[in-house]
Amino acid sequence: MSTTVAALRTAGEVAERRAKAPHTSMFVRMLVRAAMLRRGRAASALLAMIVAAAVATAMMNLYVDVQAKLRNEFRNYGANVVIVAKDGQALPAGAMQRIESAVALKTVAVPFAYAVARTSDGQSVVVVGTDFARARQLNHWWSVTHWPEAGANSGQALVGMRAAAVVTASRRPFDLTFQGKTIHLTPVGLLQTGAGEDSRIYLDQTEFESWTGIAPSTVELAVNGTPEEIEKSIQQLVAALPAADVRPVRQIMEGEANVLDKTRATLYASATLVVLTSALCVLATLIGWVFDRRRDFAIMKALGARERLVNGFFAAEAAALGVVGAIIGFLIGVGVAAWIGRVNFHAPVVPRFSVFPYVLAGSVAVALISAVLPIGLLRRVQPAIILRGE
Amino acid sequence: MFPRLVYESFRRQTRRKLLAGIAITLGVAVATAMIAVATDIGDKINRELRSYGANLVVTPQEDTLDVEIGGINLKPPSDGAFLNEADLPKIRGTFWHHNIVGFSPMLPVTVKVATGAGLQDVTLLGTYFNKKLSFGKEEFSTGVRITHPWWKVAGSCGAGDAVACGWPDDESQDVLVGERLAAKLGKHAGDSIEVGGREFSISGILSTGGVEDDQIVAPLGVAQQILGKPGAVRRVYVSALTKPPDALSTRDPKTMTPEVYDRWYCSPYVESIAYQLQEAIPHSHAEQIRQVAQNEGTVLARIKGLMLLVSLAALLAAALAVSAAMATAIYERRLEVGLMKALGAGNFAVAAIFFAEAFILAVIGGIAGFTGGALLAHQIGRSIFNSQISIQPVLFPIILAIAVFVTFAGSAAAIRRAVKFDPVFALRGEG
Repeated sequence: MSTTVAALRTAGEVAERRAKAPHTSMFVRMLVRAAMLRRGRAASALLAMIVAAAVATAMMNLYVDVQAKLRNEFRNYGANVVIVAKDGQALPAGAMQRIESAVALKTVAVPFAYAVARTSDGQSVVVVGTDFARARQLNHWWSVTHWPEAGANSGQALVGMRAAAVVTASRRPFDLTFQGKTIHLTPVGLLQTGAGEDSRIYLDQTEFESWTGIAPSTVELAVNGTPEEIEKSIQQLVAALPAADVRPVRQIMEGEANVLDKTRATLYASATLVVLTSALCVLATLIGWVFDRRRDFAIMKALGARERLVNGFFAAEAAALGVVGAIIGFLIGVGVAAWIGRVNFHAPVVPRFSVFPYVLAGSVAVALISAVLPIGLLRRVQPAIILRGE
Repeated sequence: MFPRLVYESFRRQTRRKLLAGIAITLGVAVATAMIAVATDIGDKINRELRSYGANLVVTPQEDTLDVEIGGINLKPPSDGAFLNEADLPKIRGTFWHHNIVGFSPMLPVTVKVATGAGLQDVTLLGTYFNKKLSFGKEEFSTGVRITHPWWKVAGSCGAGDAVACGWPDDESQDVLVGERLAAKLGKHAGDSIEVGGREFSISGILSTGGVEDDQIVAPLGVAQQILGKPGAVRRVYVSALTKPPDALSTRDPKTMTPEVYDRWYCSPYVESIAYQLQEAIPHSHAEQIRQVAQNEGTVLARIKGLMLLVSLAALLAAALAVSAAMATAIYERRLEVGLMKALGAGNFAVAAIFFAEAFILAVIGGIAGFTGGALLAHQIGRSIFNSQISIQPVLFPIILAIAVFVTFAGSAAAIRRAVKFDPVFALRGEG
């Protein structure tokens, strides 16, 4: 008697509690409970999903960012655009300002002025006036023992390896003469490049100009960006300096394009391969998962659920898995890309949220396909046969 | 009984085995392809970096100073020392001759060319275009078409070689004219040009984006005739595949112990190749062109590092995907485990069956995946680099071992759970 009362009370309490509880539809409850009760299975399916989404995110992030990073590396090859005054004249005054306003901020532009001077024993040597701070930025490959200080009338010179053997074998100060005017120079540093620079002597531009009166005739630029952006910069330079020749350095531009194209293609092939594999593995895992739950499917049908409801249930489950997997995978993938950027390029890869919709759509699509495929197979089977365990 | 259990499991549960097997095969295929590409990419990109041109230059040891501005030589052309053309094939006899992609001798001479405003000084550059040479029994051809790939020639095409359009023959008296000079003189391909009182026919117009656009480029023999010094070469540009610099490469060979010296000499550093070129060509001085040589190391290191990290990520993804597939495959079989245990099988026997099955799957998947991966790598090499990506046979046991290890690692947790499962619940279907 008392137990019946207790049971009744409990039943009453349960009914009351259920009435107070927020109303959740059977559909949502089934979804949530299915995931909670079979935690292990749901977790392994989710893990596969996350891995695939993470790999896809990392690859897409890298693919976009690496090209910019590599372009930066290629700028170490030095100038890719050269501006030369026509027929041995000097560039007009204020040319540097016009050049700098015509191109983007990050561009390094280095002026060069040339003259042939005579040493004290009558040998000819090419002397170049330039801006040392900029030349250092542009030409990373120059091997220099010590850079001279910028500023006029310091008498400091950077002497090429082969020129040094002729003018100042003992590293002592030396004299150079140009059109009767003599300058006294101290070799503060030695320059080695393996090219024409080795036979030259470099001076600060202001000092060079006050000695020879020759203004820069050549400006070398390292323009950053894609081939289209560089082409645009060249057109702007041509418009800014109609009196000069603006020439792209084909050796540098074509070498860069060649190497970058190959790297990009390899990265693209690898990324496609990896993303495709992960997607197929997710497919295999999820198909196994859904197939394994054919009893749920059969019970639902036996209880009178319509085909649409059952399909909807499995589809919703797959979609939820895809969304959760995509979100977690995206975060991990961004982390992986950033790590690769840090380790390899010493600069982080900026997370690109624009790839998220693609990752999300891909994940949900893969999940849906893997839910729909086995259900299509199961539909033909009578629920009774599945429930009997055959 | 044990082999029969395993055999029947494969025979009767083909679908489940197929899913796990596909996952392993795909994972191994991607891993193989990525490892093959990552190990070979350095070599491939090194070759692509040769499109930046020569990274070494050989000059006469006792040379006078170059006096040159903007490609115009202001030094008397016969001044200074020369290399001997006959010594050049010896470059093929150096230790690292397989790494030397090509070389081009250069002999600039200053000539007078008639323009509208009288005679003008123009540099005529003598070189090899694609010259056939022989060293010992070995025949090879070399020249600017290999070492300076950015040089483009516009000219009429002969009947045979379509690539050779406009390029002069090395034995002919035909010349190329730089595009700016040609525009100034109003010359076109097929015209003739008078240089120093002699007529030369122009086979093509040369475009380089450098100082050669203002010059005449001729076969080396023509330049030597004009200069009156047969066999003379001013400098030689050498394009070589090199190893990125490290701590050893920059050391002075004179201060090395014999063992270190041998190691340095037998490594394709740009410094050691320069040293060997100097040995091969008498009275020469070889030096790296730092703009090209120094930068290719960093670019190469970046690309190699990138591919290595990407392959690492790919390997990890493949391993996790295989693990997930294996876990699913085992989890599906709780009922079987329950039955086996109810019939008296111990935990060890059950685990042994699962591991044996995983092992067979891993080996089959590993072999199939390795073959597929090798094909993939081959395809990537052919379509991107136009050359083979070689897969070392030594990779096969390594890949197989990785496949078995990953499959085991992926199965271990699932097997442990399956073994611990209470047979009563499993058999009542309450799993």
